[in-house]
Amino acid sequence: MRLTRSSRPLGFWTRWRAGQAARPAVPHAADEHATFRGVGLPWLFLAPTLAILAVFLYYPALRTLRLSLYRANIILGNEQFVGLRQFADLLTSPVYRQVTVQTLIFVGLVTVLGLLLALGLAWLASRPIRGARVYRLLLIYPYALSPAIAGTIWLFLFNPEIGLVNTLLGSTIGVRPRWLDSPLMAFSLVTLAAIWKGVGYNVVFYLAAIQNVPGEVTEAAQIDGASPWQSFWQVVFPLLSPMTFFLVFTNIVSALFDSFGLVDILTRGGPFYGRAGITTFLIYQLYEDGFRNFRTGAAATQAVLMLLLVGVITLLQFRYGNRRVHYGA
Amino acid sequence: MARKAWPVHLILSVAALLIASPLLFALIKATQAGQQVVGPSLLPGTAFFQNLGSVWTSAGLGRYMLNSLLVTVTVTFGKTVLSVLAALAFVYFRFPLKGLVFALVLFTLMLPTELLIIALFDLVSGTFKWADSSAAIIVPFLASATGVFLFRQHFMNIPHSLADAARMDGAGPLTFLTRVLVPMSWNTIGAMAVIQFVYVWDQYLWPLVIMQSDDKQVVQVGLRRLIDVGGQTDWGAVMAGAIVTVVPPLVVFTVLQEQFSRGFALGQDK
Repeated sequence: MRLTRSSRPLGFWTRWRAGQAARPAVPHAADEHATFRGVGLPWLFLAPTLAILAVFLYYPALRTLRLSLYRANIILGNEQFVGLRQFADLLTSPVYRQVTVQTLIFVGLVTVLGLLLALGLAWLASRPIRGARVYRLLLIYPYALSPAIAGTIWLFLFNPEIGLVNTLLGSTIGVRPRWLDSPLMAFSLVTLAAIWKGVGYNVVFYLAAIQNVPGEVTEAAQIDGASPWQSFWQVVFPLLSPMTFFLVFTNIVSALFDSFGLVDILTRGGPFYGRAGITTFLIYQLYEDGFRNFRTGAAATQAVLMLLLVGVITLLQFRYGNRRVHYGA
Repeated sequence: MARKAWPVHLILSVAALLIASPLLFALIKATQAGQQVVGPSLLPGTAFFQNLGSVWTSAGLGRYMLNSLLVTVTVTFGKTVLSVLAALAFVYFRFPLKGLVFALVLFTLMLPTELLIIALFDLVSGTFKWADSSAAIIVPFLASATGVFLFRQHFMNIPHSLADAARMDGAGPLTFLTRVLVPMSWNTIGAMAVIQFVYVWDQYLWPLVIMQSDDKQVVQVGLRRLIDVGGQTDWGAVMAGAIVTVVPPLVVFTVLQEQFSRGFALGQDK
């Protein structure tokens, strides 16, 4: 692999192609295996995918980058170049800082608590007990629920006057909290709803991963006298680390973006706390600025900042997710 | 395994019940009528079809459902076909710039559509004039980096001798795809279908901003309009609507659950 790199000073593409061809034929490196010939054919197969990605992802991404440098209003149709001023404004804005901090807390709580809960449940449901299949199904079906539906149901459950929770609390201990008006309660409620909504997805993937753990490994641990607790944390959990990395990544992304539907229906970003709504998260703020206040440029700037955040998270996932892989075999 | 199983059963039943409770609650309320809905009663009523009827026609749930079904089936099918074709090119062909093109597809994982809505809105409603048409919520979502990876990974695990044998028998890439690859890929296709169906069905933010007229709206946003109507929300009807909205992804998920889990167990293999 290194040979072609160092031998001669070739042009970039020549070197790059040589590097491609010279890669050792490791098993599964199928991308080096050219079964079918044809110059145009692979491009034909790729064309629809590449066209869509170019027009609807790359182009808007570049437009967003450009727009972030302009003070723009989509309704008035005006654009004024302001350079990095909007970045400076956002990064020094106490409102945006508060929104960022509460978003990070929300994402952290949803990811950590959600994954711990799902891991525990998947582990229990994967044990050879009677009715395991039924339990599995009961645990994973919330995957099919959308954030908007989750928000709708929770909105009714926690309605201060007619919601079931308050009707029960009112008739038993005589309190009727206004759940969605108190910052702490509203924040907790949205967090809980997001965790609940995510359980199914996480359990599905953990179940698949646990079923992939070779039985001999846990048996060996048992023979060596490991307690179930030990054999779980010291033997099974490390084997699940590729899946955990994958899930941490997908959970962060879904807490950042999918929470929008939940928040929009359940709290509309409120209640107000400090300088902003306590459940106004980054994506909700972006929507408000872009489509309610029509501060198009400022919203694009927020999009760029969030892209950076997602980029860093993705890079971390690829870097550490691939490295810390433990396979049973 | 001499250990007692009942604590496991206890924890799992309580967890399953807790997880199910909001949905059970919605299900029960969807069957109740009038004053019972806003009261504490958790006894199933008989008004489910009456509630459903009132949202289905008067609030337009039927139309929303139809719109959502059309969009979701089209996108899921389109994404699967396009991803399979792209993966075929990546695994069974050698062509210039392959690494670069693959990197470009890979990179799109870092570009969630939600972040591009400002520019995407401009493009789709301004340049393409697609606002209020189904194209606006179908076309931008037809390509899938996740799908390309999923199928590429799966194809790479299929022995090459198969492809070589197919070629020697005179099969072209498309014949090989339809006769050999697709029949060997049902688990992966099932997994892909589940992920994409649920993803597209649950879409909320993009339809919310791009669809102005009511008759093209998807069910997730339509539901929000049901809650918004006036000051008095007919919660029995809304819960009936919520329950019905959950049905299509639940059906797809239940039918393909085996494939879904296996598709991932395999995909995870190496």
